[in-house]
Amino acid sequence: MAAILDRLFGDVPRRALAGLGVLALILLVAPFFVSQFVVTVMLLAFYFAYVGQAWNIMMGFAGQLSLGHSLYIGLGAYAAAALYMKAGIGPWAGVFVSIALAMAVGGIIGYLGFRFAITGVYFALLTIAFAEFFRILFDHIDWLGASAGYYLKVENRQENDPFNLRGSPLMFYYIMLALVALAFGLCRWLLTGRLGHYWLAIREDPEAAQATGINIFRYKMIAVLLSSGMTALGGVFIAFYNNNLYPEQIFSMGRSIELLLGPIIGGLGTLFGPILGSALLVVVGEIMTDLTEGTHLAGLKQIFYGLVVLLIVLFLPGGVWPWLARLCGFDRDRGDK
Amino acid sequence: MSGAALSIDAVGKSFRGLRAVHDVSFEVPAGAIHAVIGPNGAGKTTLVNLIAGVFKPDQGIVRLGERALNGLRPDQICGAGIGRTFQIVKPFKTLTVERNVTIGALHHTTDVAAAREHSLSILDQLGLYDKRDMLASNLTLPDRKRLEVARALATGPKLLLLDEVMAGLRPTETDQMVAFLRGLNERTGLTILLIEHVMRAVMALSQRVVVLHHGEKIAEGTPAEVTRDRAVLEVYLGDGGH
Repeated sequence: MAAILDRLFGDVPRRALAGLGVLALILLVAPFFVSQFVVTVMLLAFYFAYVGQAWNIMMGFAGQLSLGHSLYIGLGAYAAAALYMKAGIGPWAGVFVSIALAMAVGGIIGYLGFRFAITGVYFALLTIAFAEFFRILFDHIDWLGASAGYYLKVENRQENDPFNLRGSPLMFYYIMLALVALAFGLCRWLLTGRLGHYWLAIREDPEAAQATGINIFRYKMIAVLLSSGMTALGGVFIAFYNNNLYPEQIFSMGRSIELLLGPIIGGLGTLFGPILGSALLVVVGEIMTDLTEGTHLAGLKQIFYGLVVLLIVLFLPGGVWPWLARLCGFDRDRGDK
Repeated sequence: MSGAALSIDAVGKSFRGLRAVHDVSFEVPAGAIHAVIGPNGAGKTTLVNLIAGVFKPDQGIVRLGERALNGLRPDQICGAGIGRTFQIVKPFKTLTVERNVTIGALHHTTDVAAAREHSLSILDQLGLYDKRDMLASNLTLPDRKRLEVARALATGPKLLLLDEVMAGLRPTETDQMVAFLRGLNERTGLTILLIEHVMRAVMALSQRVVVLHHGEKIAEGTPAEVTRDRAVLEVYLGDGGH
């Protein structure tokens, strides 16, 4: 246990560690001090932080651009929802099927891409093609509602039922918070190990990585499998939180883009980037909704939202987190941390 | 770490009918330092890539010790014991110097702390210790060349394959690199094959020299023999078809 903690936090400056502790404490007690609405906004930010972290493993660490991550969310969501509704299998068991399914499809995409050396934007196109294929496929599976959507039964319960993921936003708040913390810890753990070092080498220069003895096919596959599996887990929770699934939405290109904005805005390849970026984007989105509410101008929110994203990318091209970490003195001039 | 013999046996490679390397044979005994020289376009880098597994030879066999390397991927060739550098340096740019070399050292251990320690000792030998926390992208070209050597060495090779590692170095820097490589060879018995343009380094370091021209071996011998060879003089000094 001590060894694990040392590997996770031993190298982290005290100030950053203290900051992390304070942040965790605030997030743990926050629901008792804010409205239910704010809780739902925060849990949405957690969701994006979690799937952003998963996406970041592929792009930020291993350098493989996926523009089709909505695929894994959709597969995870549909698999768990269908098992629950059709067979009465609860989400905590169904989640394994969701993860396995997403990993299988992710594995096929990875195998095709990496075996035949499809790289960069061409690999990204492959990920889009698969996501689109499954969007259209699910649009036609009548058994799962096809394009009319698939609904989970909403029951009126007196109490939260965490074993079946039925309950209040507060319950989802803590589950999503736990997922964010676990994903953060896992990524930190991987990045400090051999696997993380190999991913970074592949990201920086695949040819040099290979000459350094790294089986780049194997390690890129591990990145895709891990990323797709983790993303599917996020899909399970979003299915049980929203209680409805539409292929046009959940598998859409827009959703894929949405989930990668957080890590890019926050700082690609950093551990805290996806969390910070998602929080920023959700907050900006809510503020824009608030500001444009009375104007009745359709699309005004999207324009402002786009402007803010544009400004961040323009002035902080490395993301907000590296800049903030420097500002707070968290980095100790180790540019690769 | 100790050296292994490299044997190149009638190796050839063509690209769309262009014979980049044709019927080249030579041996580098274990613990020796040999060089391959030749004018631009002689096929030197193609030869490196054939040895390192980037290209598969059309003909012939490359062996390290007793083991045939044909058909192995570059990472498997590294695993077999060949550490290479790139003529156009390929550092892991946004990582620190230390981490660049640690990644090489992770080739034979899963313990990152041990790999880091190993990398620091190699960086010390190459005079990069003080720059260990710099990003590789901020290094000067001579330092990047040293980093290439450090990363290749960290993988624990039996043969070091250096592709124009002296190119772009000033004479004093070349002498430093020569002294380092000679010391390394004496200490560890590591076999070294230099692919070079810089004659100063080749003369100082290598016991035997292979001369390539238009993809073919036109001469082989000690540096002194090779520089007296008529065919070699013609290629380097005469019109030689250029």
